[in-house]
Amino acid sequence: MALAALQEVARGPARRAGDVRLLPVVSALAAILPEAGLRRGTTVGVSGSASLLLTLLSGPSQAGAWCAVVGFAQLGLLAAAATGIALERLALIPGPGPRGPVVVAALLAAMDIVVVCPPARSRPADGRRLTARARERGTGLVAVGDWEAADLRVTAVERRWEGLGAGHGQVRAANLLVEVSGRGAARRPRRAWLSGTGEPLPSAAPDLGEAGAARIRPIEVA
Amino acid sequence: MSVRMLAVHYPDWPVAAAGAAAELPAAVLAAGRVVAATPAARALGIGPGLRRREAQARCPGIVLEPDDPGRSARVFEPLVVAVESVIPGVEVRGPGECVVPIRGAARYFGGEEAAVGEVRRALAVAWPAADRLAGQAGAESARALPRCGIGVADGPFAAGVAARTDIVVPPAGTAAFLAPLPVDLLDDDALVDLLRRLGLVTLGSFAALPAADVAARFGPAGGWAHRLARGADPRLAVARERPVDLGVVTAFDPPAERAEQGAFAARRLAEQAHDLLRAHGLACTGIRIEADTDGGESHGRTWRHDGPLSAAAITDRVRWQLDGWLIGIEVARPTAGLVRLRVEPVGLLPADGRQLGLWGEPGAAAGRVARALTRVQGLLGPDAVLTAVPAGGRDPADRIRLVPWGEPRVGTGLDQPWPGVLPAPAPTLVHRPPLAASVLDADGEPVGVSARCALTAPPARLAIGPGSLMAVTGWTGPWPVDERWWETDARRRARFQLSVEEGQAYLLAVASGCWWVEASYD
Repeated sequence: MALAALQEVARGPARRAGDVRLLPVVSALAAILPEAGLRRGTTVGVSGSASLLLTLLSGPSQAGAWCAVVGFAQLGLLAAAATGIALERLALIPGPGPRGPVVVAALLAAMDIVVVCPPARSRPADGRRLTARARERGTGLVAVGDWEAADLRVTAVERRWEGLGAGHGQVRAANLLVEVSGRGAARRPRRAWLSGTGEPLPSAAPDLGEAGAARIRPIEVA
Repeated sequence: MSVRMLAVHYPDWPVAAAGAAAELPAAVLAAGRVVAATPAARALGIGPGLRRREAQARCPGIVLEPDDPGRSARVFEPLVVAVESVIPGVEVRGPGECVVPIRGAARYFGGEEAAVGEVRRALAVAWPAADRLAGQAGAESARALPRCGIGVADGPFAAGVAARTDIVVPPAGTAAFLAPLPVDLLDDDALVDLLRRLGLVTLGSFAALPAADVAARFGPAGGWAHRLARGADPRLAVARERPVDLGVVTAFDPPAERAEQGAFAARRLAEQAHDLLRAHGLACTGIRIEADTDGGESHGRTWRHDGPLSAAAITDRVRWQLDGWLIGIEVARPTAGLVRLRVEPVGLLPADGRQLGLWGEPGAAAGRVARALTRVQGLLGPDAVLTAVPAGGRDPADRIRLVPWGEPRVGTGLDQPWPGVLPAPAPTLVHRPPLAASVLDADGEPVGVSARCALTAPPARLAIGPGSLMAVTGWTGPWPVDERWWETDARRRARFQLSVEEGQAYLLAVASGCWWVEASYD
């Protein structure tokens, strides 16, 4: 336990506080991301949960980053605002059509983070080209779903939306078991439970009985 | 000392601008009352102030048109230009009425009568153009010249009055000309009413009162009216700003088929437009780009920007628009090459320079982002890039308003209460349109909701679209929502939240016996 805490300090965000190439993320994700933040120019594949995507974007957006979401018309923007994403710095291109790669390339030149939802029949070559362009321009590219060229994969392997009983209650908060895997420092997958507010749950949380649910804070609404 | 003024007055201009022929009964109505009528209608006793019903009673066949000040001004414009071509410095005082100082013109033409004749000739020449603007579809023959009064007197007020009777009042004869006329000519209903009750029915009797007493009794407005009645109208005509055409045009010969051909023209046009603006001391916050093709189509799009556009920014926009037209999506692409391209600045404001914020606000990043997003708008169309604004509503979809990037971010209905709003947290996926679903009970029978919002059985399984059945672990509802029941687009639904074994939760609605997934908690 003490060793783990020491390792945390050695690798922690303090050492990289001055690194402008690192976009800040919420604390729970910082704990499991290999560099405690989102490095500009990397491609991240997010899968398994839309709230995980919103949580990932909320940190950089609060820090002033400009984000664009391409081809993801269903994304709940009210939830985005509640998660802490600044809507005035979020551009939406719900239907890029066949010119999607051109649009994403244009956005990669200016935005801090570009979220793409690749269409089902996208060509792998396009994906590799965009990944290369993101690296060259120093822009975070977040791909929703499986993206073979991703440097980092952030996956919600398990999710629990709490609060509903048999005919009573209401949806209150999400608990996600997030796994980060990828190349280099992230080769060894790391997992953590994440609550709706983007805060880590105590490690005992995976057993989510009545006691576990009681500790969860509901998502605050902006 | 009053300035000699020439006034042009078209009686009942709104009805003439509406395209009505003088020999047919017609009238223009505003707020249910007649404001102008043709001579034929006047002969039947229809005049300003009459109610619609009375007018129809006096002449059942009368043509009634709604008042349109924009149309009146538009149709009057060619006539104003005609007056301006004879005497510069025209002030438009209302629909069908304008004044212009005549002293210089009277000397030039050799007398006021001669100047009046010149103006009358110019108006007659310009009438067909105005008539075409007024012309309704289907009107074959041009209308006869309408009656037009031209008067000359000291000051704009007396000149306007003289124009109604079409006379030239000799210099220094203005007071004598006004004296026998009724006080109703003064444009102040309360004062006119008061003067009439005091027994002062003519302008002469009002003008005979001592100026100091009038000012003491009737205040500054009364004092002003008194000066008008005495024929001492010190106002000068405020010459109207001649509208300048700031648009620049280029022609392509041969027609431009490829974007590269247009790129050079774009740069030249943008610089021309920018120079023209600068020469007038103006800057623009938007441009309108219009193109005509060889096939006779015309395309146009307006680009707006939250700040003055530089020459380079105009060049970029013209170039992007040409890219969008010439290599864009199939539906928007012109069927033939471009033969003519026109760039017109819109959103004009004085060019007083622009100071960037000291701390980078709007900032380098914002400028870079705006450029990229405008580029994407050029590729996909201005409505393809959106920004979300919180708004009022009951559904997650209603509570976000999507506006095209670059337009003002204004939410609506935020200050109103929304009873029955979906409680937080908001769903992370919103399905528009909603997905069809089926909800089954433990026996595999469809679950229904009665008119009294009672469930037939607790839901046990959920299938979305053609997907497989998922076991329901928790549910809540029904939450009835009865929206806009007073309208034809009324929606009556009962909402549910369901969570399934896989971990997600869904927001479902049942309407008319059908289940829909409106949003997902994913």
